[in-house]
Amino acid sequence: MPKVQATSSGESVTYKEICVDKPVKIEVKHLNFYYGKVQALQDNSLDFHINEVSALIGPSGCGKSTFLRCLNRMNDLISISRVEGNILLDGLDIYDPSVDVVMLRSRIGMVFQKPNPFPKTIFENVAYGLRVNGFKNKTFIEQRVEESLKLSAIWDEVKDRIHKSALELSGGQQQRVCIARALAVEPEILLMDEPCSALDPIATQKIEELIHQLKKSFTIIIVTHNMQQAARVSDITAFFYMGRLIEKGGTDTIFTRPKLKQTQDYITGRFG
Amino acid sequence: MAKHFLRELEKIKKRILSLGAIVEERVHLAIKAIELRDADIAERIIKSDHEIDEMEVEVEEECLKILALYQPVAIDLRFLTAVIKINNDLERIADEAVNIARRVSIIAKREKLDISFDYSLMAGKAEYMLKKSLDAFVNLDIDLAFKVCTLDDEVDRIQSEAYDRIKVAIADHPDRVGYLINLLLISRHLERIADHGTNIAEEVIYLIEGEIVRHENFL
Repeated sequence: MPKVQATSSGESVTYKEICVDKPVKIEVKHLNFYYGKVQALQDNSLDFHINEVSALIGPSGCGKSTFLRCLNRMNDLISISRVEGNILLDGLDIYDPSVDVVMLRSRIGMVFQKPNPFPKTIFENVAYGLRVNGFKNKTFIEQRVEESLKLSAIWDEVKDRIHKSALELSGGQQQRVCIARALAVEPEILLMDEPCSALDPIATQKIEELIHQLKKSFTIIIVTHNMQQAARVSDITAFFYMGRLIEKGGTDTIFTRPKLKQTQDYITGRFG
Repeated sequence: MAKHFLRELEKIKKRILSLGAIVEERVHLAIKAIELRDADIAERIIKSDHEIDEMEVEVEEECLKILALYQPVAIDLRFLTAVIKINNDLERIADEAVNIARRVSIIAKREKLDISFDYSLMAGKAEYMLKKSLDAFVNLDIDLAFKVCTLDDEVDRIQSEAYDRIKVAIADHPDRVGYLINLLLISRHLERIADHGTNIAEEVIYLIEGEIVRHENFL
């Protein structure tokens, strides 16, 4: 288990008491992250509650995407990276050596900035995760693919061409297929790293509506540069700056009366 | 974009403050019209009210434009919502000045009747509340805004006193009921000006603190 090196428990961090009666799904405790000698995250502690949408905001390079990628150990792929602190999923440390990372990532799905369908059919894209996880029953896979596409609000648009290449779809459709691919393995948490940054307003609206629907069944954590999007889709907003969590709170509070000037300067565009 | 946005906010602030200055002047004239029973001043107030109506619409349109184009948040959002409400209050204050002017136009034509009620105290307090609420807005002075809110009860008390005195006067002078009702309405209009001054102060508190303090007891 990684050793916890707690620093001064983040004096700059304001933990606003939020009226949350939902249980904690992910508990991040004193998280430090290093790219070689560069420390990208500094002593961040933050909880994510079940069936809530949390938005991570902050300027480029503030560490929000690094933080997001720590949550399903995507940063493991970077050889020079190092993690300190704990991330508990339902109370169990995801960095414990006994954790099966493939299994972990099936519990914590991820959607990326740019739609990245595989050069396969729509069906095979969505079925991919199931096959990787050893599912072989054809009827079961077909059923799960359909359910996932329906859940991702794309079924009606693709049901007649499900065996055609996913690359023929529009950007917004591709992104929803990628969401369906993530949902097919029935994750409990969905991480979204700027999922709409490559999409037009109509496709963005569809993804945002989808987020509203999905939060009934999943815990969602979204990184976004779009302030209005964070305000529209999330229940909780966390503001990062220079690797530190500066302020977190209910989204309505953060966008109407943030506690800290730094947060206010960022969200009102007075930064720097 | 941020600089352009800040310039737009500055422009709005200038507009609302110039509207505030004109409304203050109208209230001052209305009070003068009461003191002097001057129908000419009253007439000037009534005739010029359209200027304030036009300014109010312009400020509101500007605010709506900024909301639509920039989708402001936090302090900027609070500023714009405060301006929209203060704008409305200022226009209503000007309407009360017009109402006072209409009453003065009527009583000025009639023979004076002393009712042992001095309007100057009430008028002075209402005018002071308006001035100080706008000062609190300009200087973002939360203490001053709270002080304005506490003054409202005093004006209410004076209005209640006016009601009692006028009731007695009506009993004593049943032939002058119309005249006396106009005097009562003047006190009512002054009291409404104080109410709107309180509303402005409450908006200033919201602007600074982000807390809605309407319906709170300030004493």
